[in-house]
Amino acid sequence: MAELMAKTPLDDMPPRGIGSCTLEEIDLGALTSISPYAGAQIDAPFKAAHGMAWPAPNRATGKAGARAIWFGRDVSLLAGPKPDPKLAEYAALTDQSDAWTAVALSGDRVEDVLARLVPLDLSVAQFKRGHTARSQIQHMNASVTRIGTDRFLLMVFRSMAGTLLHDLERAMASVASRG
Amino acid sequence: MRVDGKGLIDRSQPVTFRFDGTAYRGFAGDTLASALLANDVRHVARSFKYHRPRGILTAGSEEPNALMTIGRGASADPNVRATVQELFEGLEARSQNSWPSLGFDLLSVNDLAAPFLGAGFYYKTFMWPRVFWEKVYEPFIRRAAGLGALSGEQDADHYEKAYAFCDVLVIGAGPAGLMAAWTAAQSGVRVILADEDSRMGGRLNAETLAIDGASGADWAARMVSELAAMDNVRLMPRTTVTGAHDGGTFGALERVSHHSNGVPKGGVKETFWRIVAKRSVLAAGAIERHVAFRNNDRPGVMAASAVRAYLNRFGVSPGKAVTVFANNDDAHRTAMDLQDAGVHVAAVIDSRRDAQAMGDYRLMSSAMVSDGHGRRGLEAISVRTASGVEKIATDCLAVSGGWNPTVHMTCHMNGRPTWQDDIASFVPTPGAIPGMDTAGACNGSFATAACLAEGAAAAMRSLEALGATSTEVAVPEADDSAYKIEPLWAVPGNGRAWLDFQNDVSVKDVKQAAQENFASVEHMKRYTTQGMATDQGKNSNVAALAVLADATGRGIPETGTTTFRPPYSPVALAALGAGAQGKGFAPERKTTSHAATVAAGAPMIEAGLWYRPSYYPLPDETTWRQSCDREVGWVRNTVGICDVSTLGKIDIQGPDAAQLLDFVYTNMFSTLKENRVRYGLMLREDGFVMDDGTTARLGPNHYVMTTTTAAAGQVMRHLEFVTQALRPDWDVRIMSVTEQWAQFAVAGPKARTLLNGLLDHSIDDDQWPFMSCGTVGVQGVEGRLFRISFSGEHAYEIAVPSRFGDSLFRLLVARAEALGGGAYGMEALNVLRIEKGFITHAEIDGRVTAQDIGMERMLSKKKDFIGATMARRPGLTEDGRAQLVGLKPAGAVKQLTAGAHIYSDGEEPMHEHDQGYVTSVGFSPTLGHYVGLGFVRDGLIRHGDVLNMVDHVRGIQTRVELCDPVFFDPEGGRTRG
Repeated sequence: MAELMAKTPLDDMPPRGIGSCTLEEIDLGALTSISPYAGAQIDAPFKAAHGMAWPAPNRATGKAGARAIWFGRDVSLLAGPKPDPKLAEYAALTDQSDAWTAVALSGDRVEDVLARLVPLDLSVAQFKRGHTARSQIQHMNASVTRIGTDRFLLMVFRSMAGTLLHDLERAMASVASRG
Repeated sequence: MRVDGKGLIDRSQPVTFRFDGTAYRGFAGDTLASALLANDVRHVARSFKYHRPRGILTAGSEEPNALMTIGRGASADPNVRATVQELFEGLEARSQNSWPSLGFDLLSVNDLAAPFLGAGFYYKTFMWPRVFWEKVYEPFIRRAAGLGALSGEQDADHYEKAYAFCDVLVIGAGPAGLMAAWTAAQSGVRVILADEDSRMGGRLNAETLAIDGASGADWAARMVSELAAMDNVRLMPRTTVTGAHDGGTFGALERVSHHSNGVPKGGVKETFWRIVAKRSVLAAGAIERHVAFRNNDRPGVMAASAVRAYLNRFGVSPGKAVTVFANNDDAHRTAMDLQDAGVHVAAVIDSRRDAQAMGDYRLMSSAMVSDGHGRRGLEAISVRTASGVEKIATDCLAVSGGWNPTVHMTCHMNGRPTWQDDIASFVPTPGAIPGMDTAGACNGSFATAACLAEGAAAAMRSLEALGATSTEVAVPEADDSAYKIEPLWAVPGNGRAWLDFQNDVSVKDVKQAAQENFASVEHMKRYTTQGMATDQGKNSNVAALAVLADATGRGIPETGTTTFRPPYSPVALAALGAGAQGKGFAPERKTTSHAATVAAGAPMIEAGLWYRPSYYPLPDETTWRQSCDREVGWVRNTVGICDVSTLGKIDIQGPDAAQLLDFVYTNMFSTLKENRVRYGLMLREDGFVMDDGTTARLGPNHYVMTTTTAAAGQVMRHLEFVTQALRPDWDVRIMSVTEQWAQFAVAGPKARTLLNGLLDHSIDDDQWPFMSCGTVGVQGVEGRLFRISFSGEHAYEIAVPSRFGDSLFRLLVARAEALGGGAYGMEALNVLRIEKGFITHAEIDGRVTAQDIGMERMLSKKKDFIGATMARRPGLTEDGRAQLVGLKPAGAVKQLTAGAHIYSDGEEPMHEHDQGYVTSVGFSPTLGHYVGLGFVRDGLIRHGDVLNMVDHVRGIQTRVELCDPVFFDPEGGRTRG
């Protein structure tokens, strides 16, 4: 019997360094959008199930391997573990594991690179570790999260992986060319 | 000529450049303009309309004359002001607007014909005969008009956009701006200091004035280096803030690579910034204005402040025997600086009666320059005094009519500047831009001491508004001499006295406009074109309206200004559209089968942002029709595989999910059983069809809706609107899962054969009848199977998580090929669905109703749904609407074309006889002739009628018979069987 082979959105692209920044495709594990039903008190059961706080708007909780990322109005994205099935009492759970291209962009000039693509103030004073936003990367609908001092998690639709790579490489090259 | 011992240029770094093919030398730190003047090149351009010889007038971005093309080929930049172009090794500049050469320009005959070419000339001359406009006049004017030209090649250089944020944006880095930035920075707030020049310091670099005992230029350099060392300060040199917009947003153009020979690898030529600032301080300085007199545009006639800038910053004297013509004290410094540097000053002519000499030079008070002599370069001037006209030999006349504060930015949100009599200029009206303070020369305060003090004060006001703790900053000592101006706009006399150098507008033109009753300033501007060139009249606006005020007998404040609009100085469209070149134009959405499809040689077509295969050619096929016919045959006879992942998929969950579906679909969904699929039709609120598709019920409160590829975003937005705005009380959650699932159609009589053996458990008709759905194992992977058909065949759609899409597609195609079929593309998909009369957005284009497409029965009468009321409007239900029909050829010509229109026999194929139009066509290999869908007036009851299809564009006429849109297997036995 033939076997179905899995492929990542960027096809396991090796990390790319341009200038002082590095771009790498990352495997976030299972992705589940969790959208609480009307009046559901999900904070406690979510914390009990996954050991991290239910994120407030524009915030992400957890750490590498298990994060909860605010993902829009009334919805957060659980990234890492599969969701505790009990949460289905409180919220609509939808598997998104294959729907998103996820990359980490890091380096001491990462803010300069993103300033060319994201129309938000991502300076560390305004956008600290654990802050997240649904915004744009150039023309793409995106999720942007600071996951380290000089490190961001960027997500766009899976089908747009090639364009994400194009846009980020162009911005990285521009920043690098300024010396 | 160069002057020893002067200037901020680096004489240890010589630079070679070319102008109109001739090689010259300059130094690092020069602008192209200063280097040309150092080489005694005075005639550098031809004017726009009369092709008069022109020289460098200014030393800044307001330059109207010295526009040049820099570089060669695709990356050449036209209309670059030589005064802002930094010199670099190998720079190549060419003059513009002259033919065959700058020295001998054929169109300079225009200048001789000037009496016939004044203001309003076009409007009066090219009126008649009317047909001449398009054929003769316009082509001629277009050839004569314009300055520099684009190469016509694709620009290979990159441009970019970027965003910046700060607490205080300081615009301009002269004494006021530096002081403002310094003061604001002490409190720790985030400061951006932007200046259009490569070297910050503004006029301090162009003057000999001292600050705290040191040279102004040194003070500026020290401030800049201290600011550069602060973490909370961002210096943006070579960055022109171009506009003040809503919400504290400013546009700014950074010239990133214009000062180097070519754009560095990976780099950009320009960056267009959007700067969002909580507060701003405008310290944009002022622009010296000219005085109109006869032949005041001779090469060698310059702004007095520019002469000082060339001397003090670049170590260049634009002349050997310089004269000065002024109406204020400030300009006398030009004479003093020149004398100090050892340059001969022939005379200072001052229009004021009480003018005092401030140094040891010949002063002619109560005198005016009345003419300039020397066509390609100034040789002498005529000076009119009480005792008569004296001719003075001079090769450079430094003119100052006073200063105009750079109020532009304060007017970008519809504010108007205020006239201030003592300086005879407009100054900013406070509060014109929310959050903006103004300081220094742009505020009408010209003395250096006042600039420094106002800069500090403006920053303090900003800090206070921000609630930041401010530190008192010591304001250094500086020059505080008075400006003392008496207005002088134009010297009376015959001949053409120029106001707007870039558009060749003279005093006479403005007076003529007034005489012909174009007396409002906005009318005068448009009639004479004053201020409408690329410099937007920076040098001439105030003088022109002063002349207009005089001609109409009104005061200057009553006459008012024209509207200042962004950008402050020209911005290339390449910068505004940055990032949208090539692949940056729009995201490319690629399905998981993309790689395999491209490898199979399939040409891709765009469907919205998606890329989908047109057809999969085999080696012996030479036309797309051959491939398409074959692929249709596979689906009808064996089995075909098509990637349908691009269709929108929306996960709907919650106790009220069924209610939502009932509300957005016209037909009933709450009765749908689990593991079943139903076709649904959606209307917009206005009663027209929005989209169609199937929705599957996966669980008690769990559905997955599919939309068309084209309307996936629209339907998602619609559901968001319904759940957020119309029924926020319903407990239902929606989530797009389009990207999560790779979904493939498996269609054809052998579809089930293909699936059995691939699926972990085999399927049959009893378990999986038409319109069933459910979870299946696909080689151990959990997937979904839907028995639905867009081809009219026994068909399924199989979905797996996208990571397996590539693999599953290859597997499905291999299995299909083993059964005598294979992959099919959009062309075949289209023919298959037309044979079955299935609609796409070619049919439901936003103007058709459910009745129009024969789906009136789908409008449920048992429930309310979006669009139900409006769909019953008389206009949407009455007879005479175009309705969906099938079309087939009924005469000698067999071809049908989409977009053609339908006419009755005996009627001219003209708009007023239009009976309908063709929306979709394809050659049906199944039936052996073309089949089409279209909309024909009352078409539902006209099956059998024979009409004429006329394609005016392609020149095709075909007799067509109207028929049922379902051409093939109308009973649907193949789908169910």
